[in-house]
Amino acid sequence: MYNEKVMQAFQNPQNVGEVENYNAIGTVGNENCGDIMQITMLIEDGIIKDAKFKTFGCAAAVASSSTATAMIIGKTIEEALKIKNSDVIETLEGLPPQKIHCSVLAEEAIKLAIEDYYSRQGK
Amino acid sequence: MERIYLDHAATTPLSKEAFDAMYPYFSDQFGNANSQHGFGRDGAGAVLEARQSIAKSLGAKPNEIYFTSGGTEADNWALKGTAFALKDKGNHIVTTRIEHSAIYATCKQLEKFGFEVTYLDVDSEGFVSAESLENAIKDSTILVSIMYANNEIGTIEPIKELCEVAHKHKVLFHTDAVQATGAVRYDVKDLGVDMLSFSGHKFYGPKGIGGLYIRSGLKIEKLIIGGEQERTNRGGTTNVPAVVGMAKALEVALENLERNNEYVASLRNRFVEKICEQVDEIYFNGPKAKDYDKRLPNNASFSFRYIEGESILYSLDLAGVCASSGSACSSGSLEPSRTLLAIGVPVGTAHGTIRFSFGKSNTVEQVDYAVEQVVSIVARLRAMSPLYHPTASTIKTVK
Repeated sequence: MYNEKVMQAFQNPQNVGEVENYNAIGTVGNENCGDIMQITMLIEDGIIKDAKFKTFGCAAAVASSSTATAMIIGKTIEEALKIKNSDVIETLEGLPPQKIHCSVLAEEAIKLAIEDYYSRQGK
Repeated sequence: MERIYLDHAATTPLSKEAFDAMYPYFSDQFGNANSQHGFGRDGAGAVLEARQSIAKSLGAKPNEIYFTSGGTEADNWALKGTAFALKDKGNHIVTTRIEHSAIYATCKQLEKFGFEVTYLDVDSEGFVSAESLENAIKDSTILVSIMYANNEIGTIEPIKELCEVAHKHKVLFHTDAVQATGAVRYDVKDLGVDMLSFSGHKFYGPKGIGGLYIRSGLKIEKLIIGGEQERTNRGGTTNVPAVVGMAKALEVALENLERNNEYVASLRNRFVEKICEQVDEIYFNGPKAKDYDKRLPNNASFSFRYIEGESILYSLDLAGVCASSGSACSSGSLEPSRTLLAIGVPVGTAHGTIRFSFGKSNTVEQVDYAVEQVVSIVARLRAMSPLYHPTASTIKTVK
């Protein structure tokens, strides 16, 4: 069902866990499939210094989380907010149609974590 | 890497005996069993023998056995055939919440055509009670269909008792015995059922062949028409090698049934005990009793809390362990299993369910290796799960 890139990311996911002293957290769940994705970040001077994930879900959800966190580390907040689920899919070289929502979850988790960061900053 | 097959409820390898019996009918004796010449007679003779053998195996008469393309067709035929034949008598069908989708989807289709279907609840081990069936039957009830053994959690239903309830009210009784046949010794006359479905590849026979037992004297509407086969009741050129292979496989399965069950159950029990010892926060689904008349000897279904089935399944596959998430038929679907929900497994936990089903070619070493893999995969995925020792953070739901 999955391509090699997805299986690779699922088997050896990057950035698993929680960032120590994180100042941004976003947890999103898909109401249809039950998948849940949590992204934590450490943001300093508008730059995402570190990001990690914890995911309850299928291989595509794990692969999407790993890819999404890898994509945002070192980026500015503005750059991270521009990341779309289609960018995650592109990096994974494709997801099966019924698994597209897993990449959406990754996009939403990033946005929610950044919202959380702003609210912690009192903005 | 050695691959370990723990998915015998999905399908079994063809037995050597069945393969050898089938072999001549692919090429040398290729005749159409309905042809009026020597080649045809070869085929017809083989089909006749196979029918007699299967009838004997199930306690039926040869003219009560109808060959189909498999269990799914047999289930479709039993339900639609009865519904169409008795539509002037009533429109109510009783079944359960834990049926295979061959029954469930057929019931859903019949509802679209004006039939009313009651889906009986089961208890936490998957058993249907005679009392609930009794309460569900009404004047308009024309058919009860209850599976003999559940494909996901291995529950063996008290078919004889349930059948008596239906017959007391003069209602026909069908059972989907796809998982039971070859694992449970039964006799259709003793069970008392009016119809019974079975499938070749679940008992080391070939795929694409199955059958429906229809008690003599019972007339149901035809489903597949267009030929004179099966005494005009089921059209389509008879799959001679498959019929021969299925008969042989069933004969062998029943000959060795008690010995095989004991061996397969010993592997299953070893697996279950070790998993329960080494992994916490799990549910062992289905009957707790391991009696051969309560639970299929090959089945072990576990729900692992905080992690998701597909991730477990793929991780196991990468380690060479081949199992199934819930049931093979629902893979690809996002819906949690109806059976697991019916026995009260919470939705989230149902998603983390894996079915292991053992077979006669598995070994103790394979079981131990599979246990090791399950233990390490569950730990790895739990470490990755936001639900396991969660951080305080509200979950936003997206559509």
